Amino acid sequence: MTFGYTGKFLEVDLSTENIKEIKFDDEVLGEYIGGRGFAAKILWDRLGSKWETINPLGPENTLLFLTGPLTGFFPGGRICVSGKSPQSNGVVGSTVAGEFGVELKCAGYDGIIITGEAEKPVYLFIKDSDVEIRNASHVWGKDAKQTVTLLTKECRGLLKKRFPHYGEWKEPSILYVGPAGENKVRTAIVGAKWTHAAGYGGYGAVMGSKKLKAIAVKGTGPLPEVADMEKVKQLTQVICEDVYENELWRRWGTGSAGYEVGATTSSEPIRNWQEEWHDEKSFGVDKFENRVWIKPYWGDFGCPTTCLKIAMVKTGRFKGAITDNPDYELQAYLGTNFGIFTPEENVFLSSLIDDLGLCGIQTGNLLGFVGELFQRGILTKQDLDGLEPKWGDAEAFAALARKIAFREGIGDMLAEGTYRAALKIGEMKNVDVLQYAVQCKGISLGAHGIRSGKDYPEIISYACSVQGGDHTSVACLPLDDSRSELIMIFHDSAVYCYFNIFGIPRNLKFEFYKAVTGLELTQEQWVNTKALRILQLQRAMLLLGGPDLKWKPKIHDENPARFYEPLPSGPYKGKTVDKAKFEEDKKRYYEAVGWDENGIPKSMVLRKLGLEDADKALEKLR
Amino acid sequence: MTTKKEPIWIARDFSKCSGCRKCEIACSLFHENRIWPEASRIRVFMLVPGLEFPHFCAQCEDYPCVETCQVKALSIDSKTGAVLVDEEKCTGCAQCIDACPGRVPHMHPTENHILICDLCGGDPQCVKVCQEGKWNVLKTVSKKNYAYKLYARTPEEITQDLAVKMYGELGEEFL
Repeated sequence: MTFGYTGKFLEVDLSTENIKEIKFDDEVLGEYIGGRGFAAKILWDRLGSKWETINPLGPENTLLFLTGPLTGFFPGGRICVSGKSPQSNGVVGSTVAGEFGVELKCAGYDGIIITGEAEKPVYLFIKDSDVEIRNASHVWGKDAKQTVTLLTKECRGLLKKRFPHYGEWKEPSILYVGPAGENKVRTAIVGAKWTHAAGYGGYGAVMGSKKLKAIAVKGTGPLPEVADMEKVKQLTQVICEDVYENELWRRWGTGSAGYEVGATTSSEPIRNWQEEWHDEKSFGVDKFENRVWIKPYWGDFGCPTTCLKIAMVKTGRFKGAITDNPDYELQAYLGTNFGIFTPEENVFLSSLIDDLGLCGIQTGNLLGFVGELFQRGILTKQDLDGLEPKWGDAEAFAALARKIAFREGIGDMLAEGTYRAALKIGEMKNVDVLQYAVQCKGISLGAHGIRSGKDYPEIISYACSVQGGDHTSVACLPLDDSRSELIMIFHDSAVYCYFNIFGIPRNLKFEFYKAVTGLELTQEQWVNTKALRILQLQRAMLLLGGPDLKWKPKIHDENPARFYEPLPSGPYKGKTVDKAKFEEDKKRYYEAVGWDENGIPKSMVLRKLGLEDADKALEKLR
Repeated sequence: MTTKKEPIWIARDFSKCSGCRKCEIACSLFHENRIWPEASRIRVFMLVPGLEFPHFCAQCEDYPCVETCQVKALSIDSKTGAVLVDEEKCTGCAQCIDACPGRVPHMHPTENHILICDLCGGDPQCVKVCQEGKWNVLKTVSKKNYAYKLYARTPEEITQDLAVKMYGELGEEFL
């Protein structure tokens, strides 16, 4: 057995209530690592032959919760959630921070595979090898905070009753869905710790479709044996010392960017990306720090960075709203994108989004889109059930978010996410509203624009990514660039937080992998073979698509129309994406990753990677 | 860090705890040579998100756990003032848990003996990592004649207090 793994996966069929343990060969562990890589492998093996017919929100989808060998060892614990995405019909490796991955490994499992769907709401309670499917009717409909409170109490009570002489039981780690997930909203998250989210991919909706409200896990064992613990300790020290030196990053996390990215790099979504520049000092990090932070350092297992902060509104209309201080993405998408520039309104919306179990990025994108359609008179007060989402009106946007989470009135249509809602609204109004939808392949764009050319994504980053608009997995050249999707696949497959790698030598993550697993891995091997294989599988499934939507690279490997409009304001006024340059870069990227001129992975490339069946499946698209 | 010669105490500022759990990692690596949160002698509780705190021995002035032990498995380290567990003698009866006003001791998850902080012989590893990270939740101080026992509280009691401190009246809703 390979070091760093428990060697076992838990498989639960919610239809039959059959629970079993399964194993994978060491060779598969070595090739696909864990997390995102494993998700691609498992989904392809199980569903690949009928991928196009699989409804992501049906019992035939497989939902995955996967650790990686580095989970718990590399500073900053996470867990990777995956399955067939109800947003892209492809596969997204969606990771969320917290202790869940560590608890799961301590319970003896590298991951959980969920199939089928329950008849009534259930949650899974795992205490080491004791696994039970429990009734969740009493928490169905509850928001994130209530769900965590009730299940923490209930599970600790069970542990206390079953093991009366153990002493006090720490809380189990819980992943859950809010009302949005229950109602199969496509922008629903899988949540942790009130405020953390696996957002991209829409796996909250998949959990909801399976009537799985939560998974609570308590593991009492140690993390698995590693190949070289002294080396793990030494490398951990290198990472921590680097991070501790970077006090400003620790202090602000990405929270300084709500002002900075607008004011300096001019790449922040404002009023649905109609602008990307602002100079609103009311949205400065000092305002957040001095007005709403109540805990300046908050983090997850083993994390030296603790980029999170806890924020609470102390006065005014939104008094009592609690969330982690909005990071850059939510400052942008639940702030500037609505024309909102105060910490209090931003914290209020972020807290509400947590409670409803919605993705702040993608729901913020969707509501910004609705705001623009309202501004243009395409959607009216009547269409919106009497609501008027004027820029800057936090309460109007909040009311729409609630409607989406519960699929009430107009919320039912909007709950399909920006792209699908745009298709429906376009049909209803007979207007091309897709031009205002800032998304790529069903996944809303992260809050990093490409027009100014001053932010990190490139002009092909979203268009060519196998995870669409996901800003944490962007396509770029060269393929071994530190921002490249192929490198991100390592973070998401070894499963740890890449916010802890910014200042350390690039090779350290592979040294860490070797110290844990005992296996040699060079960056070259990773990028040219293993990561490329995972990327091709993700691309294959993305292009095969689903029963409701399929993507054609010629049309959909493309930027949102908005990015071809010139920036209307700020220091980079007039700048835009050059379409000819985009086509040129896209062509170079296709060549580099081995896709033909139509964007389909080449037969020869797939066969060289041992993906003969993927090659056969793609034949019909060529 | 020099090892203090006189009895020590770990001063604790719960509201600063980031929840990074590096104290658990350091403790279990030191005592078990594994990363093993449940076998750590200091455990971070998070009964309510945002209200994380380390739960560990407060070395009460009257050591009720030592007093209550029928098999004399618990003793006081004359050098540091820590409670020492004789793993051979301990029968895992759990009476020390009930004797502790904070219900701090807990069973080793796989062995039949109790776990109590031994102050690492005078150089607590949890304090080291907490100081390195500049969290300052934990700090080693000389043990004086104070009512340290006040700090031996159950996880629920500590959470209740922190909930009020952090979230005010709202805090009550989350308990």
